[in-house]
Amino acid sequence: MRGMGITLTVLGGSIILGYLMAFIAGFCRLSNNTFIRKFTGFYVEIFRGTSLIVQLFWFSYALPMLFGIELGSDLVAGILAISLNYGAYMSEIVRGSILSVSNGQTEAGIALNLTPFQRMRYVIFPQALRMMLPEFGNYLIQMLKATSLISLIGMTDVLYYGNLLRSSNLAIESTVYLFILIFFFIIALPLIFLTRKLEEISKKGVET
Amino acid sequence: MGNMILLSGFMDKVREYIPLNWKWDLFWDSFPFVAKGLYITFGLTIACYVFALLFGFVWTFLRRIPNRPIAWIVTWTMEFIRSTPPLVQLYFLFYSLPLIPYIGISLSPFACAVLALGVHFSTYIGEVYRSGIESVDAGQWEASQALNLSTFQKWTKVILPQALPPTIPMLGNYLIIMFKEIPLASTIGVMGILHLANDYGAIHYRFLEPITVVALLFLALSYPSAILVRKLEEKMNRRYGEENLYLDNNE
Amino acid sequence: MSKPIVTYDEVTKSFGDVEVLKGINLDIMPSEKVAVIGPSGSGKTTLIRMLMTLEQPTDGAIIVDGENLWQMEEKGRLVDADEKHLSKVRGDIGMVFQHFNLFPHMTILENCMMAPVQVQKEDKKSARKRSIEMLEKVGLGDKLDNFPNQLSGGQKQRVAMARALVMRPKIMLFDEVTSALDPELVEEVLEVIRDIALEGEMAMVLVTHEMEFALDIADRVLFLDDGVIAESGTPSEVIEHSQNERLQSFLRRFRS
Repeated sequence: MRGMGITLTVLGGSIILGYLMAFIAGFCRLSNNTFIRKFTGFYVEIFRGTSLIVQLFWFSYALPMLFGIELGSDLVAGILAISLNYGAYMSEIVRGSILSVSNGQTEAGIALNLTPFQRMRYVIFPQALRMMLPEFGNYLIQMLKATSLISLIGMTDVLYYGNLLRSSNLAIESTVYLFILIFFFIIALPLIFLTRKLEEISKKGVET
Repeated sequence: MGNMILLSGFMDKVREYIPLNWKWDLFWDSFPFVAKGLYITFGLTIACYVFALLFGFVWTFLRRIPNRPIAWIVTWTMEFIRSTPPLVQLYFLFYSLPLIPYIGISLSPFACAVLALGVHFSTYIGEVYRSGIESVDAGQWEASQALNLSTFQKWTKVILPQALPPTIPMLGNYLIIMFKEIPLASTIGVMGILHLANDYGAIHYRFLEPITVVALLFLALSYPSAILVRKLEEKMNRRYGEENLYLDNNE
Repeated sequence: MSKPIVTYDEVTKSFGDVEVLKGINLDIMPSEKVAVIGPSGSGKTTLIRMLMTLEQPTDGAIIVDGENLWQMEEKGRLVDADEKHLSKVRGDIGMVFQHFNLFPHMTILENCMMAPVQVQKEDKKSARKRSIEMLEKVGLGDKLDNFPNQLSGGQKQRVAMARALVMRPKIMLFDEVTSALDPELVEEVLEVIRDIALEGEMAMVLVTHEMEFALDIADRVLFLDDGVIAESGTPSEVIEHSQNERLQSFLRRFRS
């Protein structure tokens, strides 16, 4: 099936950039600097407040027109929209997990005279990461589903070729979307199992 | 005076580097055109949501059937619906379903969107119900057993009244999430705000302003509701447990 | 007469409108064992949390080994201490918490080794050796590779003590360390504290409800009531011969 490469590229790019964004924004929202905190808060609310589809259109039509910023290609626009969108959602998970590590852990860190960085690096973050894992797994699947939208901005992914096939070949018409659904499910399967695995891992070694 | 000149000089410089290609007249012109679609977008959101709320119960009860093969099928059907893109599901219902012999029916775009998005999100809503039901104390089941309530009474009088209120914030969250997925329906011709924005763009050869209108409408509607849900969540947390959270070490 | 290792000078602490501590003056000598008793809400825990830098005093000064803990001099003026200053001064202080606060994602041994390696830059080998010795001392030499959630409350609290002790503090703070334990596990923890106390060189401040125990190991008992030190003296003076009405009624609740 053609278009698979595009779908997988967008998925891979979005996952990497999305997680990166999640951690950067998550930490920025915990910063002591009011400006950084407010600015990241603004970013998160904008992207959570509007629809991903609208963001996709915005990145592919509006950004080049408004600021003359050419993102180079639809590929970049697609990856950017998806990763910024899910990065915003996941940054809330990063922030929430870090905040939910109990205060006693920070206090124990202070009592052992760890520096703030060491407290984050050795005490808080490893525990928070474990809490993030299951949610991160769920968002992998969300991002996979989101990649189906890129055909709407004219990218030649699986769905694009599906549409093409539908309009050109009547015989295959009734089944083409079923095949695409199955295609997505096959990619999703390892992600589903990974999520379950992550849930198991996160249950171990947690404060009781 | 001097300041004004300086300022306008500064703006020219800005324009030089960032060519702001923005037309306010088009923005105001497209606003009412696009906003007309709000009725459809709202109507579709409500219809999908009600459908998902009701269909969610179906999943919840199907999953409670104590039969391994059936439970397996139900679980994986849910998993399939959840992990495949709603857009493709929408296309499937709209383009493929009518062509399937015998069972194939042709649905209007609106009905199609309700069915596709409703079923997709009902799998999530079903999980929300399940978590609510599981959070009801085991003693409540035993108590209703002891009072010899019928199965129906047990569910309607004891379990669900306790299981559902704590899930309200989560259900509220799904309403907002769904609202943001509704523009998908524009792809099969439902005249929501996104579709109208595209129409407007096609007429005037300008997509920037109408798309921005859509983005602003979404923001204006979903951000306040998100804050509302957060408030609700805090209130619920205070009512249902987590009381011990702040007792540590505070004498 | 040697110099006190810790001095509280007119220390007050308010949480919002509530004044929890109302002017505390207190000297603690090196190697002195001080027990702090008092009804809940009297500010006992806050007293030692300020010394551990977990809570900032509203007013007054705490001097640790000649250094002002919460203030530092900058261009000739006293300003609030920054993280660097706090970290320098609190290096001699260790603390054991009511709820243990072990790091759940590390083994027992890792819990103990982490701070010496990271904070004191001790090499891993010797930190490991000392941690094992310390864990053996508290009777957990066979649990090195267990995780905290595999231990009983009493065992967890003993690990917490070992973890604080490997840092070789000059002052150890114990914040109601037996309050969260099942009654049958209290004794094993007290036993370890008693051993540490008998070794002698470290100053210890114990916030506790265990009267018998306080009587047994403390050089001095403070009765904290309503934010002030209402009674202070040797255990027998305070617990057996005091005339203080409120102390009497407080103690009666423990006798019965």
